[in-house]
Amino acid sequence: MPRKRELTFWEQIYIPEIIRGVWLTSAHFFRNLFLHTVHRFGLFKDLPAAVTFQYPEQPRPLEPRFRSRHRLTVREEGTPRCVGCMLCETVCPAKCITIVAGEHPDPNVEKYPVRFDIDLGVCVYCGYCVEACPEDAIRMDTDILDIAAYSRDAMKLDIHELMDPKLRKPVAECQLKFPHQCAIHGNQIEGSWESVYGSHPRESEDRDSRFRGNDKVVE
Amino acid sequence: MTGVDLLIKLALAAIVFFGVLNLAGLHTWVERKQSAIMQDRIGANRASIFGIRLFGLFHPLADAVKMFVKEDFIPAGANRFLHTLAPFLSVFFALAAFAGIPFGDRLMIGGRVIDLQVAKIDVALLYIFAMLSLGVYGVILAGYASRNNYAFLGALRASAQMISYEIALGISIVGVVMIFGTLDLQELVRAQGATLFGIIPKWGIVVQPVAFFIFLTAAMAETKRVPFDLPEGESEIIGYFVEYSGMKFGMFFLTDFVETVMVACLATTLFFGGWQIPYLLPDGFHFPWGAVLPVNPLAVVLLGIGSFSLKVLAFCWLFMTIRWTLPRFRYDQLMHLGWKILFPISIANVLVTGLVLALLHPGGW
Repeated sequence: MPRKRELTFWEQIYIPEIIRGVWLTSAHFFRNLFLHTVHRFGLFKDLPAAVTFQYPEQPRPLEPRFRSRHRLTVREEGTPRCVGCMLCETVCPAKCITIVAGEHPDPNVEKYPVRFDIDLGVCVYCGYCVEACPEDAIRMDTDILDIAAYSRDAMKLDIHELMDPKLRKPVAECQLKFPHQCAIHGNQIEGSWESVYGSHPRESEDRDSRFRGNDKVVE
Repeated sequence: MTGVDLLIKLALAAIVFFGVLNLAGLHTWVERKQSAIMQDRIGANRASIFGIRLFGLFHPLADAVKMFVKEDFIPAGANRFLHTLAPFLSVFFALAAFAGIPFGDRLMIGGRVIDLQVAKIDVALLYIFAMLSLGVYGVILAGYASRNNYAFLGALRASAQMISYEIALGISIVGVVMIFGTLDLQELVRAQGATLFGIIPKWGIVVQPVAFFIFLTAAMAETKRVPFDLPEGESEIIGYFVEYSGMKFGMFFLTDFVETVMVACLATTLFFGGWQIPYLLPDGFHFPWGAVLPVNPLAVVLLGIGSFSLKVLAFCWLFMTIRWTLPRFRYDQLMHLGWKILFPISIANVLVTGLVLALLHPGGW
């Protein structure tokens, strides 16, 4: 490991080094000034004059593996793909996931989340929940970065926001039809399976065929 | 002095103040934008009026509004009178110094001769240096009256820095004064209108290049900006204005920029021919190859003012570039540079200048 290098005589007289520094900075100055000017006239647009992104208007491109805000993937008929197995809640190092499982009418699915909450104020964005999920039911690919709120409560996402990443608090209207613990309506259980599958899905003769094909993930 | 003369003087003062204060205010914008462009950034551009951003030009306005509406805070135990006086002293002396700067040649209007210089002082150079030196009292008072150790450290550094640099600054000027033989800045600029060997304009930089570099270094120390911002040193001590808020802080902030403009004016006047344009005499251009291009006398004066402004702006740009290029000097490096390098060189410069003058004009004086 070399120690502090002795300055040469040329460096010690300092003025040439100052001129070199000023030359470097003013070269950048005039280059960027020229580019900024010609950009105004629509020329040389492919040569950037600055390395900055004008953030809210011009978001920075994200890598495909980037871990952003969570979402719950949805089946075709509008129910979550989650089967309430609790693996994500168990693996979560920050313990920010809360799931209450309920019974699903389809015996092949068995369970589903009546309630699925993520406290983003606690989440560490490790992505373990995504890796643990056997059903590809939770993903972190919404590319939503601007997670900011005025209160800790506003940082808590419930099943409405997780199933529809475009929703923002306060969520005005509940769009979910299946039975779930609805924070919009005072934590009451809202919705019914009939509104999802029509009347008496459990008494159907051909239950398996009814639910066949419902496994498809809506991207 | 008649009433008309008084009005003319007031008008001149108003013009100078208008130019200087606007330029100083614009410096906040230039500082942000130029540093940004030098560093491949975009710079402050979000202040908008009805969606119009105008390259961030509204940021100085937003700054002014912010400074005027902020709480004016005087810390407990501070000397209220001195604490209030300090920013006024600081900005007053910086502005008063502009009275001695000639920004144009004589203007002849209606049989009246107007010297484009606010105050016609025979020793304008000494006057300006006196004002610049007094300016540091504002800084020292600010540090002294704030009852804050960091502010006090800033004031101590300011006084030490000023002593180290004013001497080199003053002595570097002596060479110029020896050559042109006057302390009257208007005469000094006029003397720079001559040419050497009929080709090279006899500007201060040509006859006193060493003095110019010493002056430039010392003058940058005078403005208390990077690389000589030890009194401020925002990353270590916040500096002499740590206990100031609102417009009082704004006045210190403005003083730095006013002094930058002042120093740019001085460098222009002393070393770059002031309002002179090469080969432009009061009746037109006299090119060295003999061609003569007559110019209207009024146009000559206006061209001179334009030339002066352009040179000042170029110096402002240079100071800003240096400010955003170099890191801050350490205290001992500053003392070393001031006392062991600039001071001896400036003395040697005076000796050599005297020797050359004595050889060129034997039996002169």
